[in-house]
Amino acid sequence: MKPEANSSPWNRRDFPEAAREALAAEPLPTAPFEHSQTRRNVRHATDIIQAKRNAVVAELPEWQALRSAGAAIRAHTLEHLDHYLLEFEANCVRRGGHVHWAADAADARRLVLEILAPHAPREVIKIKTMTSEEIGLNACLEEHGIHPVETDLAELIIQLGHDRPSHFVVPALHKSRGQIRDLFASAMHRPELTDSPEELAAAARSYLRQKFLTTPVAISGANFLLADTGGVCIVESEGNGRMCLTLPDVLVTVVGIEKVLPCFQDLEVFLQTLPRSATGERMNPYNSIWSGTPAGDGPREFHVILLDNGRSPILADAESRQTLRCIRCAACLNACPVYHQTGGHAYESVYAGPIGAILTPQLHAMHDAQSLPYASSLCGACYEVCPVEINIPEVLIHLRSQVVQQQQSTLTGSLGLWNIAMKSAAFLMQDGGRLGAAVRLAQTAQAPLVSRNGFIEWMPGPLSGWTKTRDLPALPAESFRAWWRRTRSAQPATPAASEPHHE
Amino acid sequence: MNNQIQPGDSRQRILARIAASLGRDPAIAAASAAYAVLPRHYRATAATPPAQSISRFLDRLHEYNAACVRVASEAGIAAAIAAVLAARSQSGLAVVSGIPPAWLPPGFNFPLANPLTAEELDRQPGILTACAVAIAETGSLVLQSGPRQGLRLHTLVPDHHLCIVFESQLVATVPEAFPRLDPNLPTTFISGPSATADIEMTRIKGVHGPRSLHVLLVAD
Ligand code: SF4
Repeated sequence: MKPEANSSPWNRRDFPEAAREALAAEPLPTAPFEHSQTRRNVRHATDIIQAKRNAVVAELPEWQALRSAGAAIRAHTLEHLDHYLLEFEANCVRRGGHVHWAADAADARRLVLEILAPHAPREVIKIKTMTSEEIGLNACLEEHGIHPVETDLAELIIQLGHDRPSHFVVPALHKSRGQIRDLFASAMHRPELTDSPEELAAAARSYLRQKFLTTPVAISGANFLLADTGGVCIVESEGNGRMCLTLPDVLVTVVGIEKVLPCFQDLEVFLQTLPRSATGERMNPYNSIWSGTPAGDGPREFHVILLDNGRSPILADAESRQTLRCIRCAACLNACPVYHQTGGHAYESVYAGPIGAILTPQLHAMHDAQSLPYASSLCGACYEVCPVEINIPEVLIHLRSQVVQQQQSTLTGSLGLWNIAMKSAAFLMQDGGRLGAAVRLAQTAQAPLVSRNGFIEWMPGPLSGWTKTRDLPALPAESFRAWWRRTRSAQPATPAASEPHHE
Repeated sequence: MNNQIQPGDSRQRILARIAASLGRDPAIAAASAAYAVLPRHYRATAATPPAQSISRFLDRLHEYNAACVRVASEAGIAAAIAAVLAARSQSGLAVVSGIPPAWLPPGFNFPLANPLTAEELDRQPGILTACAVAIAETGSLVLQSGPRQGLRLHTLVPDHHLCIVFESQLVATVPEAFPRLDPNLPTTFISGPSATADIEMTRIKGVHGPRSLHVLLVAD
């Protein structure tokens, strides 16, 4: 199933082109400063989250046991996905909720509009939701005269700046406080604002308070659905989520079908692994769990839209099915040397980073975003941090071979060398030694990389990033720093900023 | 919108696609047997001495910038509340239903929160609740809708939350909290005052939820 074309700001270009622009390898006359600032902001933010994440993971003696349990629970759920969705539906309905099923993005948008119609809202308040971005909900609501008000601080920054999220836990991490100050000062008519983070947060609090108290309809995503209770769990920091979940009369939750867990008690695993992986906190400030419409507490009308939109076919491939275990913690983004350099926008995808590189092309049934499986150096850092043990490098190799197979039928032989590299890599991967295989793959894969839209121009950076953290046989000798100076001499970076964080 | 699909159709289509992808009939394979044997090698309980849990809990609250006062017995709650309010120059705070009158010190206002609208709550200086369970490892308070713990909006709209935790309600780890919860009640985990790290990854206390969180940890 190929999602319909829409006016989405995503998927306009393939990764190499967008990454080059993000890195400004061919400096854009319009925005070179903007891009280097963005790069600094991304590096700063990912460095901080990574360091915090590593510290709170290291202190938990059973981290590996929690990862394995999380992986097993998610894998089990996917194997019985229809069973658990039906159980969730029955329990949610029994507790007063309404459950809707959306086969694709158009279906989901239509459902939201139908649910909203009797209430005729002029505005709705929203909690950060990736599924809303995935189905292009905001543009659709605007077209129908309904103004969506983003209430997450980062989403508010994105919305006021007519920007796109670049990270799915900290969507505005590419913005500095000075940039945020300028946005707020003009959008909220507060010229006196300074760039103190406390003052900016207080400005958002007073800007949104009246909206929370008066807007009758809210739209959310969800972190987890609980089959045994019909429950929904939302994990957040600011309290804007709790406002949206409790104050309005009507709540609509749009959630991917893969987000279900068998039992309420399974949260004991994910409420340990998700906050530590996502924000490097032992626990985020607020988790909300509720089912249906509990008497006297919260919205009187509650709808869940279960969104497929390309997910169910992914279950068919035993190797890439693990993609759907993802709990969207974004640890793989923060750990990824490629993301570290390019930021999220280069992926031209709602889901950026390593998980985006495997999820997006599959959601598009491999008809689109085919360059994304190549947006990785296969260093394995994403797999190491993933709290549900998704072997992203393995899935990347698998998807690359699918892309090559597709292209072989159209461009016979033009990528023959690449094809051989992928096949040998797949062979090596099956025989243990994933990392060793990745090294050999990197060496073998260079030639085809050169021929793919100049990919080699940015590959050496990430590649050199992992040689420094691991004891490996020699790889291309040029260090990231040297490469950076050679290709980017116009903008010398400071040593601290130019080196991947984990050296 | 063109290409309209009837809701029932989508449900059938999705379920059929899942079954086809998983390579079996839509007839449901037995899930519960497989679920029962999933590996769970993490600590379900930890033999943590209470004193260690208490000191960890206090450390966590301190890190979150939440204030905590220890109270020797239930009889000392009223005096402890009076001290907190006096220190904040606060004339009182709203209380949820079920709070024992003996907890409330004389000389302050304690309006009942339950009949108040969200706008009225917004004008209250604070809210007093108890909790269902507290978790030392993560410095979390867990509240479930009902007597003494109020409704979800009660601990959200006012700017100050004062929460009574008995030492017997404190568990060491996250998994130990779950058997003490009713899975059917609306539940909120509160770990520190509301915060954001969205501006240059600085944890800033207080966005939309209460900006001040006070815990009275009561020996029992
Ligand atoms: S793939 Fe793993 S690390 Fe990446 S967002 Fe998903 S759960 Fe987190």
